[in-house]
Amino acid sequence: MRMLVVEDDVEAQRYLVNGLRESGHVVDDAADGETGLTLALSRPYDVAVIDRMLPKMDGLRLVQELREHGNVTPVLFLSALSEVDDRVKGLKAGGDDYLTKPYAFVELLARIDALMRRRQPSAVKTKLQVGDLELDLLTRQAKRGDISIELQPREFRLLEYLMRHAGQVVTRTMLLESVWEYHFDPQTNVIDVHVSRLRGKIDKGFEPSLLQTVRGAGYMIRAKP
Amino acid sequence: MRGARLFATLAFRIVLIYVALFALSAGALVAFTYWNTKRALNAETDQTIQAEIAGLSEQYQRQGLGGLTDVITARSMHASLGLYLLVGPLGHPLAGNLDAWPAVQPSGRRFVEFTYERRIGGMVERHPARGRVFNLVGGLRLLVARDVRERSDTERIFTTTLPWSVMLMLTLGLVGGALMSRNLLTRLDQINSTSREIMAGDLSRRLPLSRAGDEFDTLARNLNRMLDRIERLMKGMREVTDSVAHDLRSPLNRLRNRLEGALKHFAPGNPQESEIESAIAETDRLIATFDSLLLIAEAEAGAARSSMSQVDLSILAHNVCELYAPVAEEGGIALHMAPSQKVEVKGNSNLLSQALANLVDNAIKYTPPGGTVSIKAEDNGQGVRLIVADTGPGIAPEDRARVIERFVRLEASRHSPGTGLGLSLVAAVARLHEARLELSDNHPGLKASVIFA
Repeated sequence: MRMLVVEDDVEAQRYLVNGLRESGHVVDDAADGETGLTLALSRPYDVAVIDRMLPKMDGLRLVQELREHGNVTPVLFLSALSEVDDRVKGLKAGGDDYLTKPYAFVELLARIDALMRRRQPSAVKTKLQVGDLELDLLTRQAKRGDISIELQPREFRLLEYLMRHAGQVVTRTMLLESVWEYHFDPQTNVIDVHVSRLRGKIDKGFEPSLLQTVRGAGYMIRAKP
Repeated sequence: MRGARLFATLAFRIVLIYVALFALSAGALVAFTYWNTKRALNAETDQTIQAEIAGLSEQYQRQGLGGLTDVITARSMHASLGLYLLVGPLGHPLAGNLDAWPAVQPSGRRFVEFTYERRIGGMVERHPARGRVFNLVGGLRLLVARDVRERSDTERIFTTTLPWSVMLMLTLGLVGGALMSRNLLTRLDQINSTSREIMAGDLSRRLPLSRAGDEFDTLARNLNRMLDRIERLMKGMREVTDSVAHDLRSPLNRLRNRLEGALKHFAPGNPQESEIESAIAETDRLIATFDSLLLIAEAEAGAARSSMSQVDLSILAHNVCELYAPVAEEGGIALHMAPSQKVEVKGNSNLLSQALANLVDNAIKYTPPGGTVSIKAEDNGQGVRLIVADTGPGIAPEDRARVIERFVRLEASRHSPGTGLGLSLVAAVARLHEARLELSDNHPGLKASVIFA
């Protein structure tokens, strides 16, 4: 995948670019907003990672200009700003996701994966399937093989999110933001408990286990281990 | 309501006092004029009578009773206002233009007032008069008086118009006062409503100025200047927080990056791996504390006020309850949410959720297995409350105020994880919403209430 990283902090940029390259992406980089905009407009990218505060042109302006030019490249904002409303401002300006510094690299990677997945045009699915686990989005029923599984509404949404991102790492923060729509850290490991309950329903007594914990990152649902 | 407010305004009360004072002094002036006019008219009458008496007494001395009778008869014929009556010892009239002796006691030197009757073409007219009575030798009595109906007409004009004019004055004063205070009220209302908007977080608003250039405009101008300064300070503070956030987050970011990078070089199972992992965890805790501090500072500065909307606390509480339900169940704690109707407040739903999550998190942490934590959102008519009650050890009354302060952790909780900022954040979020955090006894346990104004 082709990516653009616009970040003025030299060390952070090097780390980010190296990490993304190691993960198999092709990465271009820019250290200021103007260069970033020129690059973004001249070549097609699958994702752009843009710092919120940049010299010459602010990250927000950059994305606004990009969108005004009709460019729809998914944008992940990185921000060291603190304000509660910053996230909202970033998304309003045309950003697709927002990550506050400092971040765990796995978190960034998981979010980039999710953004790219979102970009791929897919037919409107009414059924999600991972291995023999089936989720019917219309009747709102879950089945593993022939056995139907009772799910609470929130468990259903949790499973739906995981299955839509099957084969991808999904972090706790991503789950909290998309399934619960909370943008804060609830301190206690609430998400882990929810996931382990879900696991008890969809994996207990079945082979193989589909819902896996990715150490130091989050969770992933996939058919083959 | 509006009338009661009008009456309560300072302007109206001042106007009322002025009207009362004015009415009093005007009344006094009119009374004095009345008294003075009456006195002047009386003095004139008295002088005339005195002159008549002097003339009559000269006649009497020179020509005796007969002469006096003649003069009286002659004067009675021509006089229009002069009244004369000479009566014998038995009271029968000898001369004069009065038919009968009026109800007057002979009092010697003093002037007396009385009414007399006069028959004109069958009609009896009664008129006021003022005069003197003399006792002559041989039991004769002489009354010399003047008709004073002009004076009493003047008096009547005074007494009938006075109450009306006072009433008119009071009415005009009250109406004028009401208008004036309504004008003042409108100006004050403008200042008040703008102030409320500004207090609600819209610091860019300014008080309106009129073209009058009066004291209100001076006040508004001064307040606006003050607001300019506050806005500058707030902006400066935000810039400082932003740069502090930026300058701390960037090195923390690099630190975390390096630690993560270092982690990649170890083979799984290397003992140093767990060292690095705990260093990363420590960094994350540092970040969490730092984020909480910034959030508290921001909430206290009212920065999030601009992004408030109607929030249904019962849904919000229901969601937080659901988030924590599995954790509570694992700890053997019953977590309840009391069913409730829509309870709406204006607020930032993310911050309110976080505050409630902090309270529920605390409650679950400190409640022993077998205990209960209950969440309630209620509107009891006087105000909206968000309540989290547990059956844990509670907090001693003397410590309750202290635990809300930043970084204060009670001895009993030092060993459990936490930043010591949880309750400070709840209190700051409460203040941002013009609410307050109250900790009380749940008998047993702790009851934390966020009480909205």
